[in-house]
Amino acid sequence: MATDTRGLTATEPAVRVRDLHRSFSESGGVLNGLDLDIAPGEFVALIGRSGTGKSTLLRALAGLDRDVAGHGEIEVPASVSVVFQDSRLLPWRRVLDNVVLGLRGAGAEERGRQALAEVGLEGRERSWPFQLSGGEQQRASLARSLVREPQLLLADEPFGALDALTRLRMHALLRKLCEAHRPAVLLVTHDVDEAIALSDRVIVLDAGVVRADVRVAGRSPVELRSFLLEELEIR
Amino acid sequence: MTVTEARPRTVTADVRVVRRRLGPGRRIPYAFWIGPLLLLAVWSAGSATGLISPAILTAPWDVVVAFGEQWTDHDLLGNILSSLQRAALGLGFGVAAGGVLAVISGLSRFGESLIDGPIQIKRSVPTLALIPLFIAWFGIGQEMKIVTIALISLVPIYVHTHNGLRGIDGKYAELAETLDIGRGEFVRHVVLPGALPGFLLGMRFAVTSSLLGLVVVEQYNATAGIGHMITLAEQYGQTDVIVVGLVIYGIFGYCADSAVRLVGRRVLAWRRTLED
Ligand SMILES: Nc1ncnc2c1ncn2[C@@H]1O[C@H](COP(=O)(O)OP(=O)(O)O)[C@@H](O)[C@H]1O
Ligand SMILES: [Mg+2]
Repeated sequence: MATDTRGLTATEPAVRVRDLHRSFSESGGVLNGLDLDIAPGEFVALIGRSGTGKSTLLRALAGLDRDVAGHGEIEVPASVSVVFQDSRLLPWRRVLDNVVLGLRGAGAEERGRQALAEVGLEGRERSWPFQLSGGEQQRASLARSLVREPQLLLADEPFGALDALTRLRMHALLRKLCEAHRPAVLLVTHDVDEAIALSDRVIVLDAGVVRADVRVAGRSPVELRSFLLEELEIR
Repeated sequence: MTVTEARPRTVTADVRVVRRRLGPGRRIPYAFWIGPLLLLAVWSAGSATGLISPAILTAPWDVVVAFGEQWTDHDLLGNILSSLQRAALGLGFGVAAGGVLAVISGLSRFGESLIDGPIQIKRSVPTLALIPLFIAWFGIGQEMKIVTIALISLVPIYVHTHNGLRGIDGKYAELAETLDIGRGEFVRHVVLPGALPGFLLGMRFAVTSSLLGLVVVEQYNATAGIGHMITLAEQYGQTDVIVVGLVIYGIFGYCADSAVRLVGRRVLAWRRTLED
C-alpha cells in the first residue's frame, strides 16, 4: 500500500460490509443485516459464541460462499489471503512449493524462501508437510499467505488447534508480521485474551449482527476482558 | 609421564517402552523375490521327486533347455520383443486415454455426463467379446491387437483415476480458490498429485489386463510374439515350449507390476501409510 493510513481519519475502508444476510436451510438466518468496516492496516478480532456465524462471515469475505443463500454488499481489496484453522498445506508438495503455490513472476521462489525464513522455517524448505509439527505447519501456511502481500488477511481460528505455549509464540510472530506488512486483518477467535493481545479492535458477533465493537487502545486489558466476557455470556 | 587414558566407554542405555506393532512392520529386503523363488523351489522339488510328471508340467530344467532351443533356433528374442512392443503400445494408448478421460470427467460435470456412462457400459461388455467386431473393423493385423489391448487397459485406469480424483478432499480445492490459481495450475498442483494414488492402483490392474489381452489377441494370426509361439507349440504338442511361453508371460507381468509399485513408492513419498 502506498500510503500510511495509521491515525488518518477519512480513508477508504479496506473492508466494507453493509446489510449482510446469509442463511442455511437447516439453521435459518445466520447473518442478519451485518455492517462492518475495517480500515487499511487495521487488526480486527472477531469473537462470538460457537455457531454465531463467525466462519460464515469470514467465508463471505473470502468469496467462498457462492452456494449460500443471502444478500448484502461486500467490498474487499483485490488481494485477500486466508489462513485456515488447519494449515491446509498440500500433503504432496514440499513446504517451499506450498508457500509459492500459484505465485507468478521472477523470484517467486526467492520470495518464498524469505517468507519461510520470516516465520522461522529456514532450512525446512524441502520437508514434506507431514514432517512438520502442528505449529510449524501453521507457520508455513502463514508464510504462504504473507508471501502474497495481501491487503486483507482473513484468519479463522488459526491457532485453535495449537497448544498454549505454541499459541503465544504464534501471537508474537503474527504481530511482528502484521507490523511489517500491514495488511488489514480479520481474525476469528474464541479466545478473548488472544483478541485483546493482538488486535486494534474487537468485535463481538451475536445472533448474526455486531453486538459490540470496541477499540483496544487506551483501555485496561482487565476491564476490556471482563466487558467482552460479559458481552459473550449474555444472550 | 603420560597416561593414555582409556576412552570412557559410552554405554548409552536404550530403554524404551514400545507398543506392539499392528501394521505389517518393516520392509524385508528382497521380499520381492521370496514368493516366486519359493514357487520355483516347489516346482523343482515336485519334478525331481516325480510328484509332478512331465506330462502334467514340464520340469524347470527342461523348460530352460526349451528356452535355449527357442532362443537359438526360433528367434525367441524377436518373439519377446514383438509381444512387448504390442503390449506396451496398447498399454500406452490405453493409459493415456483412460487418464485424460478420467481427468475430464472428474473435473467437468458436462464431461462426466458424456464420458462416464459409455465407459460404465463398456465395463460390462468383456473386451475379449468385442474382438470379432474389431477384426471386422480393423482387420486381423496389428491395429486390432493394439486397439484391444488399449481398450482393456483403459478401463481400470479410468475407474481408479476418476475415483482417486473425486476422493481428493474438497478443502484443497477451496484453498486453491483462495490462492487465485488458474485451472491449469489447479490440475497440476492439486488434481494430478491427488489422483496419483488412484492412478497407480489403476496402473497395476491395467498392466495385468494388457497382458491378458496380449495372450488372447496373439492367438489371432500373429506371425511373431509369445502367443504365436504358444499356438505353434500347441499344434506340435510341445508342452515344454508352451511352459516357456507361460513363464515369460508370468515374468512380464510380475516385473511390470513390481515396477509400478516401485514407482509408486517413490512418487508417493509424501504419504505415511502402512506400506512404508
Ligand atoms: N455448510 C453449512 N450447512 C449448513 N449449516 C451451516 C453450514 N455452515 C455453517 N452452518 C450453520 O451456520 C451457523 C453458523 O456457523 P459458523 O459460521 O460456522 O459458526 P462459528 O461462529 O462457530 O464459526 C451454525 O449454526 C452452523 O450450524
Ligand atoms: Mg467457526
